[in-house]
Amino acid sequence: MSGMVPEQYQSASEIAELVATGEVSAIEILERYLNQIQEYEKDVHAFNLVTINEARAVAQETDKLIARGVTIGPLAGVPVAIKDNLCTKGITTTASSKILESWKPPYDATVVKKLKEAGATIVGKTNLDEFAMGSSTENSAFGPTRNPHDISCVPGGSSGGSAAAVAAGFVPIAIGSDTGGSIRQPAALCGVVGVKPTYGGVSRYGLLAFASSLDQVGPFATSVKDAAIVHEVIGGYDPLDSTSIKQAPESFLDMFDKGINELKVGVISELMGGIDGVTHEVIEQTNKAVSALSNAGAIVEEVSLPAALYCLSAYYLIAPAEASSNLSRYDGVRYGLRVEGANLNEMNVNTRTEGFGDEVKRRIMLGTYALSAGYYDAYYGKALKVRRLLAENFADLYKDYDVLLSPTSPCTAFKLGAKVNDPMMMYVNDVCTIPSNLVGHPAISIPFGSGKDGMPIGVQILAPPMKEPVMYQVAHALEKASQ
Amino acid sequence: MNQVIFKDNWELIVGLEVHVELATQTKLFCGCLNQFGNEPNTNVCPVCLGLPGSLPVVNQKAVYFAMRLGRALHCSVNRSVFARKNYFYPDMPKDYQITQYDLPTNLEGYLELPSGKTIGIERAHIEEDTGKTTHIGTSGRISGADYSLVDYNRAGIPLIEIVSKPEIRTIEQAKSYVSELRSIILALEISDAKMEEGSIRVDANVSVREVGENNLRTRCEIKNVNSLKSLGRAINYEANRHISLYGNGESPRQETRHWDESAGRTRTGRSKEDAEDYRYFTEPDLVPLNPSEETITKIDQEMPELPSKRRKDLANLTGAKSSDVALLVERNHDAFIFDVIEGGGVPEQVVKHMVNNLSAGLGELSTEAFAQLTQMENKSEITSTQAKKILGELVKSGGTPAELATELGFEAIGTKEIENLVDQLINDHSDEWERFCLGDSKVQGFFVGQVMKSTSGQADGKVINQILNERSIDNK
Repeated sequence: MSGMVPEQYQSASEIAELVATGEVSAIEILERYLNQIQEYEKDVHAFNLVTINEARAVAQETDKLIARGVTIGPLAGVPVAIKDNLCTKGITTTASSKILESWKPPYDATVVKKLKEAGATIVGKTNLDEFAMGSSTENSAFGPTRNPHDISCVPGGSSGGSAAAVAAGFVPIAIGSDTGGSIRQPAALCGVVGVKPTYGGVSRYGLLAFASSLDQVGPFATSVKDAAIVHEVIGGYDPLDSTSIKQAPESFLDMFDKGINELKVGVISELMGGIDGVTHEVIEQTNKAVSALSNAGAIVEEVSLPAALYCLSAYYLIAPAEASSNLSRYDGVRYGLRVEGANLNEMNVNTRTEGFGDEVKRRIMLGTYALSAGYYDAYYGKALKVRRLLAENFADLYKDYDVLLSPTSPCTAFKLGAKVNDPMMMYVNDVCTIPSNLVGHPAISIPFGSGKDGMPIGVQILAPPMKEPVMYQVAHALEKASQ
Repeated sequence: MNQVIFKDNWELIVGLEVHVELATQTKLFCGCLNQFGNEPNTNVCPVCLGLPGSLPVVNQKAVYFAMRLGRALHCSVNRSVFARKNYFYPDMPKDYQITQYDLPTNLEGYLELPSGKTIGIERAHIEEDTGKTTHIGTSGRISGADYSLVDYNRAGIPLIEIVSKPEIRTIEQAKSYVSELRSIILALEISDAKMEEGSIRVDANVSVREVGENNLRTRCEIKNVNSLKSLGRAINYEANRHISLYGNGESPRQETRHWDESAGRTRTGRSKEDAEDYRYFTEPDLVPLNPSEETITKIDQEMPELPSKRRKDLANLTGAKSSDVALLVERNHDAFIFDVIEGGGVPEQVVKHMVNNLSAGLGELSTEAFAQLTQMENKSEITSTQAKKILGELVKSGGTPAELATELGFEAIGTKEIENLVDQLINDHSDEWERFCLGDSKVQGFFVGQVMKSTSGQADGKVINQILNERSIDNK
């Protein structure tokens, strides 16, 4: 079955160099990836839409510009897949929801614009859990995505389509969004690199909001270096996003090859068996990563993040609360699906009843309840307190440690259908990734070995806000150790 | 009048919520034009249409305008946070309104009415306007409409909502509050403040209580009040409705009511019981507004002279009564008056003419000419009737009052000549004269009229009165 996962991936940086120097044409590169899609997409279903014609036109244009001697950006001719909750001008953007089945945005998300400017060839829109709500990509109105390592397993979620597309060699780079782990967890389950940047580090303009204070756009890649390069391309201040950070980030690659001698790494004990649900084999594998870092010269110590115990509960109040408001606009009035009714209220209700899937409805109800008069303080208000407490916990740890480490996902990829009827079991998949979202810190998942079932395991490196350089530095060291 | 205006010792309690559209170039959260009267749905973009993925960015000019108003209303300008007010309605593109909730930009100030009374301001916060819905069908309302049209040109236009404390006690105060607020807004140049175009919208919270009672009773919020006149009528109607309910042993329900101008009554809208839960929470797409000390100091330094200060200055200079002072400041004539009086104008005459004879504008009138005119009048070189005529000419085509007086043949009749005429009249009308001497002031008009008649109105009324009084004292 693993035949569809290439023996070796070609890196994006290598492709860009070959294309920029004219050694290989962008269209040649594209066709190679399109062939892989042609071959295996029917099994994986990573895409909601493959934009073959548009992609060919872009690749040909790139080749023409290069022939004329025009300098193309750092992603010249690199095929990129975009999660289908990011706006692409004139190209259907659905969030894998029936309610937006044929909606075509009149504008590009800032990250899409930046990728285009950097010379990337956008090849299509990837599948996701509807409105990014889920951890398995089974909550898609257009059918689930499967894990290329074993198509009877889920790819994780919600950016399962993007993770699977990279793992299956459909694209060297894909873009996802991470609200509670939606990039890192599928990256771990599919054996690729996935990054959640610092909140405000990458513009959210054009990202269909799930939970605005937690959402962050980030890259999937087959190497840490590729992820860092793409992160630099899509990151930076955007005047269209008020939560975007004005301060220019330091180069993510400057410290890349400096090694990790004397760097201090804290291993979060709560996520290494302290909280139920993290499997033994994942802990075992993570301990191997700890040893690898230690061998590479880092000072590794066990640390405690007490508020981690409450993160899952806090997250499942805050995220649905914001979602309940963010998803109000899908009311059948202006765009997307409209199911008629006898009056305005009926039309609203019919549209939303038919347009949204069960998980989305569940979270809208949860969030509406949490924000209601009389319940706000007990639920939403308390969740905000956990968030503050967690930020204090992290700040204390970062006085002594450069980065923190934990597993990415509590388990390897599970079978399709295994958890769909138990939302709580599904939610636990995010237990290791949620803390970074609640505080807005960056984190990366790096593939590090596999479980007994042969499915990939990921290790997560967490860093303080805007400290991506050290995050990539440690991640790169771990990547080298795993090879 | 400070208190009771209603029958049976009922006291009126009013608090006003005033929405003002800020005259920024662009909308509150996007670059679309903030313009009235364009083709429907032409000033729109992904942000103000609430398209998926779009994000708001605060218009700094709107924030500056809001803070200016806050300072003009003596509020503290604070770190403030935007919040989402969630409810479904087609004119709200996002199905939530971005507003401010527990942390508004401006808190705790006051507004001074021309009468001198101050009305407390609870808060003045920033929010976005909604689109405009038109219901097509016989009802004109959403229920029973065949279909509805929405124009999103207005969606996202910056508003400031000024909430007064329930310290308004009379209809006059309510009107005066709105017109004073309007003058302040115009002085600050932050809105065109046109009530008829909806750039100022007023909601009135009305209740009544018995004089001497300390607690506030149930209030009703009256919407759809489109002029000062309607405001007065609506408050009057609503207060009397409450009074008669209490009179019948009933009580009003807390609810929103709509003023029906043609029917002259309020009608029930939404009652508190089925009021929506707006599920306010902090708007995560925006960051807090955190004005620095310097910003606030700068706003204070750039503050134009406000109507209350201008009224005080004008009153000090002219000694005119407060209603005249208020009127002249409202007409923006105070600066002109200062110049006239500085140039030698006689304050009493200046104010008299400004109030009575110059409401239509100053035209070609120069400060020098006006000052000279009041001097001539004061020295009785011309009568007040003549002064008024000359003034009319000065406004129409300029010139100097002395030349105009000559041209018009306005040589004031000499005092001696008037004395002769008066004496002649006393002789001819001895009965009337007796009555005048006994204090019947009604006959005074008779004598003045007679003198005016025989001088074709060129005699100075003041001089005639003076002579009449002298003669009557002589008679005693």
